[in-house]
Amino acid sequence: MLGYTILAGLLFGLYFSLVGLGLNLVFGVVRIVNLAHGDFLMLGAFSAYWLFSLFAVSPFISVVLVFVGFSIIAWPLYYLLVPRLMATKDPEMLSLILFFGFSQVIEALATIAFGTSDRSIPGRALHMGPCRLFGQNYPASWIVGAVVSAAAVLFIYLYLYHTTKGYLSRAVMAHREEAVASGINVNRVCAIAFSIGVGLAAAAGVFAPFIFGSINPAMGVNITITSLTVIVVGSLGNPLGTVLGGLTYGISLMFMQTYFSSWANLLAYVMLILILLIRPSGLLGRSVRYA
Amino acid sequence: MPRTMRHILVALVPVAAMALLPLVYSNQLLLFNFVVFMILAQGINVIYGFTGYLPFGYFGFFGAGAYGFAISIMHLRMTPLPALGMAAIAAVVLALVLVPLFRLSGAYFAIANLAAGLAVYQVVSNPSLDNITKGPYGISLPAVFDPNFSYGIALVLLAATMMTVIYLRNSKFGLSLQAIRDDAVSAAMAGVNVVRLRVMAWLLSAVIAGLVGGVFAWYISVFYPQTVFSLDFSIFAIVFALFGGMTTILGPIIGVVILYGIYNLIGISTPQYFELVYGLLIMGLVLFQPNGVVALFKRWGIDVP
Repeated sequence: MLGYTILAGLLFGLYFSLVGLGLNLVFGVVRIVNLAHGDFLMLGAFSAYWLFSLFAVSPFISVVLVFVGFSIIAWPLYYLLVPRLMATKDPEMLSLILFFGFSQVIEALATIAFGTSDRSIPGRALHMGPCRLFGQNYPASWIVGAVVSAAAVLFIYLYLYHTTKGYLSRAVMAHREEAVASGINVNRVCAIAFSIGVGLAAAAGVFAPFIFGSINPAMGVNITITSLTVIVVGSLGNPLGTVLGGLTYGISLMFMQTYFSSWANLLAYVMLILILLIRPSGLLGRSVRYA
Repeated sequence: MPRTMRHILVALVPVAAMALLPLVYSNQLLLFNFVVFMILAQGINVIYGFTGYLPFGYFGFFGAGAYGFAISIMHLRMTPLPALGMAAIAAVVLALVLVPLFRLSGAYFAIANLAAGLAVYQVVSNPSLDNITKGPYGISLPAVFDPNFSYGIALVLLAATMMTVIYLRNSKFGLSLQAIRDDAVSAAMAGVNVVRLRVMAWLLSAVIAGLVGGVFAWYISVFYPQTVFSLDFSIFAIVFALFGGMTTILGPIIGVVILYGIYNLIGISTPQYFELVYGLLIMGLVLFQPNGVVALFKRWGIDVP
């Protein structure tokens, strides 16, 4: 029972790392809170649903299509919204409100287009039976979600630490003004980070129908809050810290569901508050607070 | 005429209007909701407009007030007016518990506050607390149901909240808060007690939300946890206040009249289309008019306090 709980928590947690990864990358580089994150995930989930039910595209192919597609969509979106937001008095605060408005627009359009009913993709789309690990059975979707998530984390690591653009991104993350002063095209770097972040959210959405059982246009808000928990626990603004946050969240969630099921819903919020109060910079972060 | 006097006269206009409208318009519940949002938007104005802290979890105080009121009626057998006092106390206790959140700045505060509101909701609606809060099954207070009286109390509360904002606009306290908002370090150097004033503004806005939560519970008298612990109350109030204009006296009221008016025209029958319009309005507001409608009036030469 204990072993099952821990391993299930790890698998689940890895998937949640993927859910939070894009949001954290955007916050770290662009310094805005994309409250529409969960809605991009929802759109990714619906894309996978339609790709499967209309053209029988396997989720393994649609994850790539969705990632690329949403990254391309996010690029003009960045230039439409963010530079103007950055010109306001308090961009970080106003980004919460702006992107809340945007999430409402997405949710409304999705409701108008898809209706309010729940949809799901049959589990056989993954072409895998339950996997057996250390003598216990786990749903195939958990394993797949965890593996895809690990791949995405590796991709972000390679991008940030082994490419020129990633190097520039880290410069912007560390000190925006100095990055501007040394001639870095901050807007371009931020646009790339935003595109990748939105793409990752949508890619995480491809597996949402399997992990959560079903999808509907209103699921975005809860996903956004869960993602915020994961990235705050990991440390806000440190994309790789997301993994630690995701694992902590996943394992704690599994423990709560196994041993105190009626209070499990409370966990995300209590963890969020405790971490913010005890270590506002997150488990891995450096101090970020001022005044 | 001194500035404060003029402000008070201007502030009496919406209060008088909301007091007279029930005589000519029969949907009192709708008018009551307008009053509730006017008070909440002013409460947001106190904390966000004057201190710059964005309270995403403001609905937590509203819900705490509603439940403080309901529990006092159900378990302590109080009459409505003292129960409103308990509603304010419930909100203040919650606000005191959350004071450490002020160590956080910017988006961190907003996120932590949101989590706090949702955590309170999860606790109140938990089935294990059935015998205290009635868990997720909702509350019914038929014995104290009195729409006319509670509507009147809501108006008194609206007037008191307007006076609070006028006081903040015209006093050293309010000026110090704005100094802290603009530059906390410089304000501290100039001898402003940053921590104490921030906490006072925080408690003030919590009391406002707690009281209006209590009046809301009294007026509708049948509600579920998700009715009062709804993120909509935070978001609506923030957007209304921002739309009208923060740190102004009439701005939040104008925001409620325009936006909540639109909501009632199209939101009830076709919620998804309202959501669309509403989302687009919020985005347009942040991108093109971050100082609100009042700033627009000022540019046209109309002085709105």
